[in-house]
Amino acid sequence: MRARNTIVGAAFALLAGGMAHSALAQDIKIGEINSYSLLPAFTEPYRKGWQLAVEEVNAAGGINGKKLVVISKDDGGKPADAQTAANELVSSEGVAMLAGTFLSNIGLAVSDFANQKKVFFLAAEPLTDAITWSKGNKYTFRLRPSNYMQAAMLVEAASKLPAKRWATIAPNYEYGQSAVAVFKKLMSEKRPDIQWIDEQWPPQGKIDAGPVVQAVAAANPEAILNVTFGADLVKLVREGNTRGLFKGREVVSFLTGEPEYLDPLKDETPEGWIVTGYPWYSIKTPEHDAFLKAYQAKYNDYPRLGSIVGYQTIKSAAAILAKAGSTDPEKLIAAAEGLTMPSPFGEITFRKIDHQSTLGAFVGKTALKDGKGVMVDSSYKKGADYLPSDAEVAKLRPKD
Amino acid sequence: MAFYVVQFLTGLASAASLFLVASGLSIIFGVTRIVNFAHGAFYMIGAYIAFTLTERLSGAFGFWGGIVLAAFAVALIGVIVEMVLLRRIYHAPELFQLLATFGLTLMVEDLVVLIWGPDDLVGRRAPGFRGAIDFFGQNIPSYDLFLIVLGPVVLGILWLLFQRTRWGVLVRAATQDRDMVAALGVNQKWLFTSVFAVGVFLAALGGALQIPRDAVHHAMDLRIIVEVFVVVVIGGLGSIVGAFVAAVLVSELNAFGILIFPKISIILVFLVMAVVLIVRPWGLFGKPEAAARKTPGLTVNPWRPLTSNERLMALAALIVAAMLPLFAGNYLLTVGSEIAIFVIFAVSLHFLMSVGGLASFGHAAYFGLGAYGIAFLAKMAGLPMIVCLLLGPLLGCMGAAVFGFFAVQLSGVYFAMLTLAFAQIVWSIAFQWVDVTGGDNGILGLWPSSWAASPSRFYWLSLGVAALVTVALRTMVFSPFGYALRATRDSVLRSEAIGIDAKRIQWTAFVIAGTTAGIGGALFAYLKGSVFPDNLGISLSVDALVMVLLGGVETVSGAVIGAIIYKALNIWLVSQTDLSKLVLGGFIMLIVVVFPKGIVGTLEMLAQRRKKASPPGSTLLAKPIESAE
Amino acid sequence: MSVAPPLLAVEGLTKSYGGIHAVRGVSFSLRAGEILALIGPNGAGKSTCFDMLNGQNMPDSGHVRLLGEEITGRKPREVWRLGVGRTFQITATFATMTVRENVQVALISHGKQLFNLFGSAPKFDRDEAGRLLELVGMGGYADRPCGELAYGDLKRLELAVALANQPKLLLMDEPTAGMAPRERVELMRLTARIAREKSIGVLFTEHDMDVVFEHADRILVLNRGTLIAEGSPAEVRGNPQVQAVYLGEGLVYDARHREGAST
Repeated sequence: MRARNTIVGAAFALLAGGMAHSALAQDIKIGEINSYSLLPAFTEPYRKGWQLAVEEVNAAGGINGKKLVVISKDDGGKPADAQTAANELVSSEGVAMLAGTFLSNIGLAVSDFANQKKVFFLAAEPLTDAITWSKGNKYTFRLRPSNYMQAAMLVEAASKLPAKRWATIAPNYEYGQSAVAVFKKLMSEKRPDIQWIDEQWPPQGKIDAGPVVQAVAAANPEAILNVTFGADLVKLVREGNTRGLFKGREVVSFLTGEPEYLDPLKDETPEGWIVTGYPWYSIKTPEHDAFLKAYQAKYNDYPRLGSIVGYQTIKSAAAILAKAGSTDPEKLIAAAEGLTMPSPFGEITFRKIDHQSTLGAFVGKTALKDGKGVMVDSSYKKGADYLPSDAEVAKLRPKD
Repeated sequence: MAFYVVQFLTGLASAASLFLVASGLSIIFGVTRIVNFAHGAFYMIGAYIAFTLTERLSGAFGFWGGIVLAAFAVALIGVIVEMVLLRRIYHAPELFQLLATFGLTLMVEDLVVLIWGPDDLVGRRAPGFRGAIDFFGQNIPSYDLFLIVLGPVVLGILWLLFQRTRWGVLVRAATQDRDMVAALGVNQKWLFTSVFAVGVFLAALGGALQIPRDAVHHAMDLRIIVEVFVVVVIGGLGSIVGAFVAAVLVSELNAFGILIFPKISIILVFLVMAVVLIVRPWGLFGKPEAAARKTPGLTVNPWRPLTSNERLMALAALIVAAMLPLFAGNYLLTVGSEIAIFVIFAVSLHFLMSVGGLASFGHAAYFGLGAYGIAFLAKMAGLPMIVCLLLGPLLGCMGAAVFGFFAVQLSGVYFAMLTLAFAQIVWSIAFQWVDVTGGDNGILGLWPSSWAASPSRFYWLSLGVAALVTVALRTMVFSPFGYALRATRDSVLRSEAIGIDAKRIQWTAFVIAGTTAGIGGALFAYLKGSVFPDNLGISLSVDALVMVLLGGVETVSGAVIGAIIYKALNIWLVSQTDLSKLVLGGFIMLIVVVFPKGIVGTLEMLAQRRKKASPPGSTLLAKPIESAE
Repeated sequence: MSVAPPLLAVEGLTKSYGGIHAVRGVSFSLRAGEILALIGPNGAGKSTCFDMLNGQNMPDSGHVRLLGEEITGRKPREVWRLGVGRTFQITATFATMTVRENVQVALISHGKQLFNLFGSAPKFDRDEAGRLLELVGMGGYADRPCGELAYGDLKRLELAVALANQPKLLLMDEPTAGMAPRERVELMRLTARIAREKSIGVLFTEHDMDVVFEHADRILVLNRGTLIAEGSPAEVRGNPQVQAVYLGEGLVYDARHREGAST
């Protein structure tokens, strides 16, 4: 017990020391949180993206003359730690707004924190529909196209396939479950003749790919919906290729066209999958060219989808801050609602009705080129075209 | 029919790599009694090094050579770890080595990203085993067939090694009775080192062989380590044949489980482990552990209640802590609340571990149940905060009552693994039962009522409860019940011979610890305003173990210090650097070497030594000086 | 003559392991205040027999009665509650607790305070614990950690613990093993005195024949699981069957004796 005093003291001294940051008072600070240590493959390009944006914003004179500073924290992939970080950013660093997050549960945790503490939060990557709909709140905006939007984009292409017997493979947690649910619902609306004959729910990160592939093959579907990603996807694809699961079957797959997921597959990339993604090599628009050139010049690396999301998160935040001309959360909300701004994918708007941005995604087919996976026949789908009607959204979202 | 045969073969292929890793873990545990948490890390390094080598070296020889070379390289790393780190702490209290290997695991997770980069790596396919073989219209990958053959071959080699060599005989003898081998004059140091090397070699080989079918990434270790523990425990610790049978059993359960219950495959193995442990407490092929003979000289300082001076000092510390809101901002206060809550959590596990001798590997289950209790009461029943805080922990209490009943029938590592299994089952339910628990997305909006909403008030609440809980549990340590509990820990035989129903005493302790953890969880739910399955996850259970071990398992109140240091450092590091795991892991390993009895335990020992060393005349003088520190 | 049942009555006790009879049809009885020795060469079944008396081990058949009450197959803790204390061949004590605390645990159990969560155990029956320790000559060691004690002292501590519930019957499995000769005599004298004063029946096994013949009122001789002789020390000493058994074992017995004496 004797040691207790000194140790408590030392612990708090350590903490206090960590708070002494050196941002000038006139800077505008954004607090950024993401799963840097848990998901480096996705968050590294993301970080590069937002760092580029900060550089550009400040080179162009900052926000109404003030320098933009981003203070970035790791959440270790845990919602509880993300909240600790959010708290530090808001209470100690005095940031004007929170931004970032990758995982849906962390996005929701920070969104709930923002709602409670009345802080503006711009969710960057989390896909869950809940963040703007069933658990949406006044203070939270989201950039990336949601689960629902990605599903709607895929359904548009998938419903044109002749296949009637479908099987699904999805990681067994909220993301996988809701992706499958939305896809099935939208698909069955367009194609009442479709039968769902098998579903596989491997645990996230722990797929036992051989048996899963074998089981799906045994059900003999005409088409397969895949929601797995990352290392699970790699295993699934390798087993599927070896066992001939994808031969003569259509596959529709969430996110697989994003370089983060497609590139690791290298020469094992299955061909002809209908996917959402980001074919940076084949986008020929002036906005994207500018971004691509700047990104490659700075990092000598190609962008991933995360780079776009990171870049646009900070660009959006800067636009909102500039328009609001204040760091007052209420004014930030007012500024953000309905705000339209340029992005590498073209103009996007933060909708007033549900705070979802209209950033879209590319839908195309996977192909093999020089031993690498690419997306071909891809076209950009505007986010605004794949959201339900305002009346439906109003029903989904609690009143503020 | 062909389909079921192929599904069975697929299961066997999965079993092979699982068996390699599990047998290594089993051998290491059998001989050194180390619960090698870093086994998954060695598996992962094996895969990474094999990836590099197979990419560099060309041709079939390059591939297979690379795989084997990688396993040897990792075995060498294992030898270094054993000699530099583990050798120093074989005589530390039970499970302390777990702390060291945990620190190592943390470091490795960050190191592989620093060395190999953040991207998932997909390696070459095995030359000669690229395609599949047609079996009545079903495809079997030829690499699977290779693995199916490899498993029994490795089993056979290990069997020969253990039955036919002097080294093997010694290893078997040491597994049976460690003290006896020491008494036989065998060079125990080198026996341990070699066993560790063999175990690590097997883990690395298992990892390297994943190259053609998996992606290599920095979370591979966690993906396999729990499953490997399950296999080892089902098979029976120290039994190679058991590990093989259990690996096959678990893999086949997965393979066929997904056909019948596609959604619960994640729980299935834990259910099986729980059932096996309840029916056969030593695993399928294990033998009851020989009663551990306490090594002389390892006796614990007698525990005593605080003297009135020490009580005053603890009170003073509490008052100082209570004054924090006078000068600290909101963030620091929230961090303070979080630390106080983790003190509650750590103290509850400490009670079970130190006083009861029951090391739970799944203590987060009761913490999380307390948190979910709050969520259900506040969100569904709409009860006010004070009522929720009183009733919420009851969910932890009930969980502990049910699981504890089965768990206390076992002891030692088997007890630990059964608690882990229960915790995993609870976690899986929270994770997958989306309709009730919100699944991964948790339950939001559980913010405290206005009387406790401000950070300073919530801090006082947490601090007050933490102080109350610490005092209550400390009182229990020195209550008749506490003595009875310590008695069952020291000798069940003697306890039963003086009328103590050991199981009932331990069960009661389990329920007390679970309820207390539930109190911590309930406060945590309000602190964070939400609950997530993380709140009952393995990593939280491990955090609790680390806090207790860090403070010192042979102390009365080490957990308080352990929790404060670990949690404060953790929060600070996560805030300061993306490489928090690297630094924290290094810190833990340093602590392990410098404070082999935990921080408080080692300080107490030093104080004790000084007392004994000083001549009788000066003890009177020495005392007030010590108290003044 | 009253027809009161004897303190301990054992009848036809039998136990076998995998076809080998460890104990076969053993019957005997023990009066209050009597000191009865159970002897026999190694492997004769003494410990098995002993363990079946207080429920440590289940007999295949036979009966154990305490004051006429059937206690066969009862759990050790239940047998203890009926007033049977025991010590173990290899001492079983609470190694991390002090000597006094060891006795206090037994007193707590005796006082049915095991589930008292908030009382003060250090103060619990402190004086009584002290008295018991004084009784066995361990008064000066009360605050020593039990793990530091010499083996002989542990044996005496076990005796104090066994006396904590004011037993009617004491079962002592090799109470003097590992002690110096002088200590053996002291401990057995002490035991005998306590037994006489408090009218406690004592059953003990022992390898040291000096101890047995000096202190036992009566002796049972066990060989290969069966009782081959029973009687006063003089009777047993003169029994040719016993002599034969011990002559066959003579060397072993001598060796153990010396080894024991030197520790």
